[in-house]
Amino acid sequence: MPGQVVLEYSYLLSAIMFVIGLKLQSHPETARKGNFWAASGMILPMITTLILNRNGAGEAIGMGNVIAILLIIAAGTVVGSIMARKVKMTAMPQMVSFFNATGGAASAAVALIEYTKNPDQAVLVGLLGLVVGSIAFSGSMIAYGKLDGKVGDIFAKFMTYVNLLFMAVIVAVILLVLFGGFDAQTRTYLVFGLLVISLVYGVSFVMPIGGADMPVVISLLNSLTGIAAAMAGFIYQNEAMILGGILVGAAGTILTLQMCKAMNRSLINVIIGSFGGGGASHA
Amino acid sequence: MENVLTFLTANKDAIFIIVLSVFLGFEVISNVPSVLHTPLMSGANAISGVIIIGGIILVGHASTTFEWVLGSLALFMATLNVAGGFVVTDRMLEMFKKKKK
Repeated sequence: MPGQVVLEYSYLLSAIMFVIGLKLQSHPETARKGNFWAASGMILPMITTLILNRNGAGEAIGMGNVIAILLIIAAGTVVGSIMARKVKMTAMPQMVSFFNATGGAASAAVALIEYTKNPDQAVLVGLLGLVVGSIAFSGSMIAYGKLDGKVGDIFAKFMTYVNLLFMAVIVAVILLVLFGGFDAQTRTYLVFGLLVISLVYGVSFVMPIGGADMPVVISLLNSLTGIAAAMAGFIYQNEAMILGGILVGAAGTILTLQMCKAMNRSLINVIIGSFGGGGASHA
Repeated sequence: MENVLTFLTANKDAIFIIVLSVFLGFEVISNVPSVLHTPLMSGANAISGVIIIGGIILVGHASTTFEWVLGSLALFMATLNVAGGFVVTDRMLEMFKKKKK
């Protein structure tokens, strides 16, 4: 099918544009041009997907759905741009965190819907998309709240252990869903439980970290959102999503480490240290 | 064990893409000057909105009310991520440019 070929190669083109965009954005003179490349790399696959995508039964996207999609995207673009334009320069980091939260929530929602479509086939990538997306969502919302002065810090050494416990529970539930041999009904309860635990974990993960370390945490959560998007891309076997997501995941991780280095801290120190801007002797 | 093998074989292409893009991501971001840390974080955040493609596919083939409602919400939030992300990044870089002059 010629349409399918055009679609797949438009994904390749989009991936190339993402790479060029990120590359240009890491140099001061070309940074703005890089942002333009990345944005174009996003618009291209949106258009080709809308026109050329076909589901498993070979059906194209219906006219009513196309109109709904265009309306939703128009609404999102207007709201997003207004928010981004109105925000004060000093409030930029929390704005980024907020947008990161919406991206994470979108990934989690996509993974959840795909699960409900096919509850007999719980797949690892789908569950990971759900978990990682939810953590990125609630974590970013807390980071946003902290930078905006709406959420205070909780200093408690035991939070580290609570977080480790949460992580263990999440892994255990994923294994139960995949290999527990439960019927679809029980599995659905477990999946929704997984969603809740992940949301709570995102909160308890960011809560003890001090406000001054938030940019590092946002960068880390940002790479999580990328990974969540890639996992959702895995479900659809969609190369643009896989490549874009993993690219952000990897680049975000490196960026996080570089930010830590610029602050003379290690990432572990930021996460477990549980203090912000205070004396390092505390750790 | 057999499940794992089937999975690895069936998703060979995707796994290749993932492994190689991890290296690509590491390579692309190397030694960024610290002034660019926040704009780059914002730029990468906008790209992670690529989940918008998933939203389009979902709403495009939505049939049940649940799919319509949650799918529309997902698409809307992904659009916020993409549009807001790119605009915020542009504003940051714009400010950066003026500072340099």
